[in-house]
Amino acid sequence: MFFTKLKRVIKSGFISFWRNGSVSLAAVLVMIVTLSVILSLVLVGILLNSTLTGIKDRVDINVYITKTAEEPQILALKTALEKLPQVLTVSYQSRDEALVEFKARHQNDELILQALDEVSDNPLRASLTIKAVDPSQYETIANFLVSYADQTQDQGKIIDKANYPNNKDAIDALSRIIASTKKLGLSLAIIFGFIATLITFNTIRLAIYVSRDEIAVMRLVGASRAFIRGPFIIAGLMYGIVATVSTMLIYWPIAKWMGPITVDIGTGINLYDYYTSHVFYLFGVIILISLVLGAVSSFLAIKRYLKV
Amino acid sequence: MIRFENVSKIYADNSIALDGVSFNIQPKEFVSVVGQSGAGKTTLIKMILGEEKPSTGTVFFGDTDVRTFRRGNLNEYRRKIGTVFQDFRLLPHKTAYENIAFAMEAAGRSDEEIAEDVPHVLELVDLGKKIWNFPHQLSGGEKQRVAIARAIVNQPDLIIADEPTGNLDPVNTYEIVQILKKINDLGTTIVLTTHNKGVIDSLGKRVITMEYGRIIRDDNKGTYIL
Repeated sequence: MFFTKLKRVIKSGFISFWRNGSVSLAAVLVMIVTLSVILSLVLVGILLNSTLTGIKDRVDINVYITKTAEEPQILALKTALEKLPQVLTVSYQSRDEALVEFKARHQNDELILQALDEVSDNPLRASLTIKAVDPSQYETIANFLVSYADQTQDQGKIIDKANYPNNKDAIDALSRIIASTKKLGLSLAIIFGFIATLITFNTIRLAIYVSRDEIAVMRLVGASRAFIRGPFIIAGLMYGIVATVSTMLIYWPIAKWMGPITVDIGTGINLYDYYTSHVFYLFGVIILISLVLGAVSSFLAIKRYLKV
Repeated sequence: MIRFENVSKIYADNSIALDGVSFNIQPKEFVSVVGQSGAGKTTLIKMILGEEKPSTGTVFFGDTDVRTFRRGNLNEYRRKIGTVFQDFRLLPHKTAYENIAFAMEAAGRSDEEIAEDVPHVLELVDLGKKIWNFPHQLSGGEKQRVAIARAIVNQPDLIIADEPTGNLDPVNTYEIVQILKKINDLGTTIVLTTHNKGVIDSLGKRVITMEYGRIIRDDNKGTYIL
């Protein structure tokens, strides 16, 4: 009997979705708007994250080593830095490597190359490039460098110059921007998501309000609550499925159009490539939201009309 | 079969819908309830259906106090009663067939029974040719016949007809009354409320007359007197 009832409920839900065409269309359209808002928020969040990661990646401290420092001393400093929990990576560039890179960078600039040849000794310094786990931690690392220099003073000066003090303001500002952008993004996502959900909920409530007399008749005929409620929940799920597929299709050309733009503005990813490679993930997220939204809205909205 | 014992209904605004009503309906009886608008006919019917609860007194169906029905039992109880209303109360997005099938599905009948009984019952009310029509494609009389078909398809013990001819022309009124009479002859108890003097006089059955929430007359072979 259970499966017969389930079959009847599903069939009835499909039929009422189809026959209440205009109401279904309205609910689906509103749901498309909601899902579009949510999908936009997800995509903007991904772009923002990738942009911020890109910017963070470009921030580092360069420590220039004195020409007199021995390589074991430099490597000891590198190891000491790597032991800091705030440090993500430390890369070492020797004087020779620096020279090769400098020459490669200026290979079309005869004047500079000639000038370099005239200087007998390699004028470039070795350097350590430090990347922190988080931009806000550069200050700690800079402090460590100062104390390290003090401690190893007796072995001769190793650190010629660190560029942190010059970049300090920029790094601080960036850390603040990253933190507040994330907060703002999250608040906007919550607010818009909430509003969109509320609108969808009300539309489905309206769709069921239209059927309140019908529900009363069903109660009079002796139908159980589950038997009345079932088809409305199925219809709610249908709104969700149709709206999800439509939203994903609508976003396809938009993502294609936005793809080159997202690369140009330096987000670090091509939106279209991301969209096509993550289409199942995005579909999964959106359909989950829409099914829960559709089913829960229907379930709650019908409640008050069942009390006959 | 149905027993009202000193039943009163007072609504929240202190209006009195029923005032100390007592009567008894035997199985297979055909009882008409008449009275002006506001006399308490509809409240009386809502009490039988369990839609309203008495403020004082008790309504019995068989030996059971209707008030004691809880959600699940109330559904089962309502399946024993067929209802026909002035405004037909059909499901607008379902065809004649589906409207009747819905009542059977709600009662947990099998697909085979439904496929067999629905066309049969529609033939019975002379609607065999409009089985796939939606309510808006049917005339008032036809809609009411679908409602009657729905009311009888689960072979209920009782049929309640609340002003079933209120929206119908004389020809359709006559036909609906004839159908109700036929159902009663086959052994189903019928409670009919109406304003229509012609209907009551032609029936020649028991008539309960109400005024201001009270029963003022209960005649075994009554006529419409107000």
